[in-house]
Amino acid sequence: MKVNSFKRYCWLSAVLMLVFSLAIHGDQDLSAQQPLLDALNNLKQGSMTDREQAITQLSEIKHKRSLGILQALLDGRLFTLKSDARLVIGIDNNQGYDISDAVSSAPLGAVEQEAVNKINLTNKLRVSLRKIIGQLELSADDPAIRLAAVKAMSNEDDENALALLKARAGIEKDEAVRQAIKVVFLMRDMSSSDKTVRMEAIDALKEHNSLDVVNRLNVMLEKDDSGNYLETDADIRNVAKAALIKINTRLQFYSTIETVFFGLSLGAVLVLAAIGLAITFGVMGVINMAHGELMMLGAYTTYVIQQLMPNHLGLSVLLAIPAAFVISALVGIAIERGIIRFLYGRPLETLLATFGVSLILQQSVRSIFSPLNRSVATPEWMSGSWQINDFLSLTWNRFFILVFCLLVFVMLLQILKHTRLGLEVRAVAQNRNMAKAMGIPTAKVDAMTFGLGSGIAGVAGVALSQITNVGPNLGQAYIVDSFMVVVFGGVGNLLGTLVAGFSLGIANKFLEPFAGAVLAKILVLVFIILFIQKRPRGLFPQKGRAADS
Amino acid sequence: MKFIALGQDKTSTSVLIVLAAVTFIIPFCNLVLPADSPLHFSAYTVSVLGKYLTFALLAMSLDLVWGYCGILALGHGAFFALGGYAMGMYLMRQIGARGVYGDPLLPDFMVFLNWKELPWYWLGFDQFWFALLMVLLAPGALAFVFGWLAFRSRVTGVYLSIITQALTYALLLAFFRNEMGFGGNNGLTDFKEILGFNIQSEAVRTLLLMMSGITLIGAFLLCRWLVNTKLGRVVTAIRDQESRVRFLGYRVEMFKLWIFVFAAMLAGIAGGLYVPQVGIINPSEFSPLNSLEIVIWVAMGGRGTLYGAIIGGVLVNYGKTVLTGLMPEIWLFTLGAVFIVVTLLLPDGIVGLLKRRSQEQSA
Repeated sequence: MKVNSFKRYCWLSAVLMLVFSLAIHGDQDLSAQQPLLDALNNLKQGSMTDREQAITQLSEIKHKRSLGILQALLDGRLFTLKSDARLVIGIDNNQGYDISDAVSSAPLGAVEQEAVNKINLTNKLRVSLRKIIGQLELSADDPAIRLAAVKAMSNEDDENALALLKARAGIEKDEAVRQAIKVVFLMRDMSSSDKTVRMEAIDALKEHNSLDVVNRLNVMLEKDDSGNYLETDADIRNVAKAALIKINTRLQFYSTIETVFFGLSLGAVLVLAAIGLAITFGVMGVINMAHGELMMLGAYTTYVIQQLMPNHLGLSVLLAIPAAFVISALVGIAIERGIIRFLYGRPLETLLATFGVSLILQQSVRSIFSPLNRSVATPEWMSGSWQINDFLSLTWNRFFILVFCLLVFVMLLQILKHTRLGLEVRAVAQNRNMAKAMGIPTAKVDAMTFGLGSGIAGVAGVALSQITNVGPNLGQAYIVDSFMVVVFGGVGNLLGTLVAGFSLGIANKFLEPFAGAVLAKILVLVFIILFIQKRPRGLFPQKGRAADS
Repeated sequence: MKFIALGQDKTSTSVLIVLAAVTFIIPFCNLVLPADSPLHFSAYTVSVLGKYLTFALLAMSLDLVWGYCGILALGHGAFFALGGYAMGMYLMRQIGARGVYGDPLLPDFMVFLNWKELPWYWLGFDQFWFALLMVLLAPGALAFVFGWLAFRSRVTGVYLSIITQALTYALLLAFFRNEMGFGGNNGLTDFKEILGFNIQSEAVRTLLLMMSGITLIGAFLLCRWLVNTKLGRVVTAIRDQESRVRFLGYRVEMFKLWIFVFAAMLAGIAGGLYVPQVGIINPSEFSPLNSLEIVIWVAMGGRGTLYGAIIGGVLVNYGKTVLTGLMPEIWLFTLGAVFIVVTLLLPDGIVGLLKRRSQEQSA
């Protein structure tokens, strides 16, 4: 885990440095700066003609700050400082403005409202400015900005905008943007007077994933108050109906993918929560009711590290992973040495004693950090979502947790398979006395195994801190679920835990639309209770001698 | 009558005597003596004592399952809560038109949810006898179905513990839902009267304490008789050597089921007595933590003795009342420590400690 996070951090910082150096270079290029400064000088002049000229200049020089400045101008956020007549962009902070330099975009702190003059526009200028911004956005380097510009323009019924789009379609290289432009024109064709053009447009549109198209087609098939279809032509209606059916099938498909994704991400959380338990419960036969609290410790570790370094969100989360592992593992080893080792072979007593530990840990956290929930910030590269098309977007944090869960799982398997510790753990799990006879220090192995399982609980806590609130009850919320996953998968079988976690997660998410979140959970619980009656040893029961003990 | 015979052992007898004293002397004092007399017990004391007695009954019912049959049920609180809800539904119907919304038939929360008529499962709860029946039958039926499924397929040990916990957790989630028709988050409360008497009045509270005491004494005698019958002996044998009992030809699952259902009904009765005394029942009674607390009452008192559970139930709850009153933060630390200390150092609980000491003295 440590090696991995370190590598990731190195990679990230390398990319960041590259970006910074490029940015600095760009700003220092003075020859490119001159036309911008000229244009801005014009903007500062009082007359509207000067301003109009400045706007045209800004759009023509294609400087990379142009778009930002024009957008600020349109939003009324472009000011001149009264003190030194510098152009600044301001963001309203209730008392005044947080300003930054218009040319270099360097932050200049906060000023009072009286310290700046707003650069005003006439309505006519505003209209042309809007157009120019659209144009600039359409030729922006970032495909995402271009895509947004196309979407914005599609709502305007303006010949100029269409001409721009048409010109762009010829040179556009990005597939998504090209498709979006195509949709705009096809949508326009839909209201053409020529019937064949309309039908062809509708027919072509059925291959596109756009919510606008769906809405438009739905409107065509609606009836007005007197019972007549809004679309009078029956042929067109039939084509529209067919297209809608086709699109809806695809919509269904994407929503299934989305549900599976949600299910997998919920499953990933369950697996993360359960996998440490699978080691202590499955491999050692120890019921650790404090497992949830070890996760809670991991989540609080993330919180504390974030408090210590508030300016490095991403780094703090990455650092929290090894830290949480170590802290939870140490607490786990302490529990094993202090309590559990006196209770081997008495699972019910172990259950009660570790439950006592969980109460103490909970109350300690409550006393130290207050009983209120603490929120842990999500680093930028984990927030937001990955918009694949209009119908499908996947949130990054859940995606990362899914990947993280698989990483942890693979790593754990590697540890158990390929390290000395793993070998000893498996030996003790299979036959304690024989392992002892071969010279394996079983007591030490027990402590290490328990530490490993607890450490993974801590790591799971870091992941949990990214998707839910961090509070003293965090662990309790997951303990029943994670036991269910382990028991469902078959005790002593890590792969079973993985399969069980993912299938329970997916089942839960598929039930949710019909039954609601709570009822879905109840149904899954009832299902597991019934399942255990049928197969008391889970999906993948242990076979052979180990199963008898 | 063999089962009321006293003197089977000394501790058992003294527990019975203390119980009888609480049951009869306190009501006697309160009814006969004037309110300013020093021997007059306050309404608070009466209701707290009554609560302890129902907890003791609950603990004893778990002791039957855990101490005598070896099933560590982590969902015993569910039966208690079901019994409580059955009684709560009767008390709710008794409110009648005196609710905030003044609907003669529907409880307030249903009016609030815009329900037009009473759900079918609320029918009949205006009758006290029906509610009493349900206090027994609802937990009994759940225990029967669950136990029948679990014991038949030989789910044992830790697995059984975990699925009992899942059971009460599922019920907790279910009862939180408003659509269930049990008042959701808030549960059932604002009771006015029971059998036509004001539920807040001192006389009713005293009577409820008396009822709890009498029920506990009766249940204790019944259980003590039960564990000494052949059925009880077989159940104890199952705890110690399940396979051997099965090989001897007994149908282990039937014995387990019987004792499980019986204990669930006892827990239901405890719940039914508890609700009118505290005046509220809500889904938190289903929480897994509550069920685990019951386990620790029994463990603390000493399992497999019946009276140990009674002692544990009263003592731990007294400790809880005192500590949460003094320093709320300390309570969970103490409870946690009790869990650890009892399992590590006092496997037979307080009763075991007393026994050991008396043996040392006689030796």
